[in-house]
Amino acid sequence: MKFGIIVFPGSNCDHDAYHVISKQVGQPVDFIWHRETDLKSFDALIIPGGFSYGDYLRAGALARFSPVMDSVKRFAANGRFVLGICNGFQILCEAGLLPGALIRNRDLHFICEHLNVRIETSDTPFTNEMTSGSVLQMPIAHAEGNYVCDDATLAELQREDRIVFRYCDANGAVTKSANPNGSRDNIAGICNRSRNVLGLMPHPERACEDLLGSSDGRDIFRSLAATLAAVA
Amino acid sequence: MKAKVFVSLKPGVLDPQGKAIQHSVALLGFTGIADVRQGKYFEIALEDSADQEIARESVARMAREVLSNPIIEDYRVEIDG
Repeated sequence: MKFGIIVFPGSNCDHDAYHVISKQVGQPVDFIWHRETDLKSFDALIIPGGFSYGDYLRAGALARFSPVMDSVKRFAANGRFVLGICNGFQILCEAGLLPGALIRNRDLHFICEHLNVRIETSDTPFTNEMTSGSVLQMPIAHAEGNYVCDDATLAELQREDRIVFRYCDANGAVTKSANPNGSRDNIAGICNRSRNVLGLMPHPERACEDLLGSSDGRDIFRSLAATLAAVA
Repeated sequence: MKAKVFVSLKPGVLDPQGKAIQHSVALLGFTGIADVRQGKYFEIALEDSADQEIARESVARMAREVLSNPIIEDYRVEIDG
């Protein structure tokens, strides 16, 4: 199994993701410059956080036009796994691989803090080693993480069990006060209909070492590695 | 020839920046302001030989596919001959 981490100009969580895959999950991993188009040797892709293209125009909007993105779309259409974290989630939404959009936080602030996120479904390749309803502590670090979508999309996400993470309090209660950015339905992460593409605003790759305050994020990468091992 | 593209948030999409601006102008003493919505404005210089109708179509496509996100934004194109 081999992981690829896509690097755009302005990506800045690429090395964190690389560290987690190589050191914590113990699997082969390579960086993929955004101008590359051959993804044949990879089994799973991570689109990391950062400020691709300086977040010019809209967060994630210009990265969508990088040469690698057509290959990412084919990669996803072939059922292979794509994980978008923070700016990666924004890019996946802009590219149409996930529904909805991420707009400016309700209170305008760039929010950088550890908070709690509830796993809403273990029925994804990214959460199948975890228990629905359990709470992960992970940091968020974004100014545009306010998830919006229309009523029909929200109903579809709910009906198809595609809301994967919701912001919650320490006890796992999904409340208005636990919602940091105004996201609709406290959504912190969603998957596509085929469940092989996941986007989330919190940073699991920054929560993989106890030294950093939390290692809860590790289970997401371990779930994905276990999925890949099972299909190999 | 110049194309102007105006991108604005769809009605109903929260605009916290617009709200903050509204609050600030109210603090400055401006009264009677019911709402402020922030948008984006693009000026695109076109070669003068370009056909106006073709230019309008291609700028509209640009606005639809790049300059705006149709999930949250509307756009309007003007062509100055």
